[in-house]
Amino acid sequence: MSETPIAIVLGHGRVAEGLVSAVERITGITGRFVALSNEGLGTAEIEELLRARLESTGARVVFTDLPAGSCNFAACRLLRGRPDIAVVTGVNLPALLHFATSGQAVGGAGERGESGSEPVEFRVAEEAAERGASSLRMLRGKPA
Amino acid sequence: MTIELYRIDDRLIHGQVVVGWGQPLNIGFIALVDDDVASSDWEKELYRMGVPPGVELYFASVEEAAEAMQAWRRDQRPGILLTGDIETMRRLVVAVPDIPAVNVGGVHHRSGRAEKLRYVFLTSEEERGLRALQEGGVVVTAQDVPSARPLPLRELLDGGAQK
Repeated sequence: MSETPIAIVLGHGRVAEGLVSAVERITGITGRFVALSNEGLGTAEIEELLRARLESTGARVVFTDLPAGSCNFAACRLLRGRPDIAVVTGVNLPALLHFATSGQAVGGAGERGESGSEPVEFRVAEEAAERGASSLRMLRGKPA
Repeated sequence: MTIELYRIDDRLIHGQVVVGWGQPLNIGFIALVDDDVASSDWEKELYRMGVPPGVELYFASVEEAAEAMQAWRRDQRPGILLTGDIETMRRLVVAVPDIPAVNVGGVHHRSGRAEKLRYVFLTSEEERGLRALQEGGVVVTAQDVPSARPLPLRELLDGGAQK
């Protein structure tokens, strides 16, 4: 099942590509995310790449990997003067899975919620952030 | 002296700096020296949001950095000083002549720059800037992450023995 892109995943090395590939493997849903890497790019080039992809896809949500990373700073820098865009930092697989599957309710990029005040993706992105954060946990081994 | 690393990196604060260098050096602060960032509340807020708890962030223009340098060096915590370009570091070295070594960590592709390393592209003027630093007594090496071999300036300008 191929869908309209609803979010961009921007990360270091091949993390975005890997996460998007895993989402597609698990859900069978393809084409919901555009994976971008900062590999070999300076600050201005990362911003330019992201700006161009936001424009070409109409996506309103950007997932980034590391809070102190250049990808996140580039994405957050674009937020200025763009209330129609949201950034979720610290992306992981559970977060993206939630967004991909819940995002099926989203007909297309930029669709407005009932109130018309903000894109439906924002609510789903917020849920995805919570899902991603709550998925991180540690279990200790126990004696047999 | 507790500034452990003087680094030129056009991404300023990012993963390699905070995690790659910051973790092994156990840094307590980052001094970001950039005239534009120092004069922009939006940029400062952006960087503050991303830096992990426990790492203090100082913003300074070159002039302010020269004044603050002794205080930063007296700080008991290890720190990293960053500039976003070679010219800013050169100006800082003029103002603070006893900076012992400069790390070239990232100068990425831009029109007019030639590739020297995967993470270093330079204009001829920037090459001259690095040579001037070295001739002034500063040890200039290129090294993106701590596990990489630091490349002396000569090797950097030759494009690296092993790209």
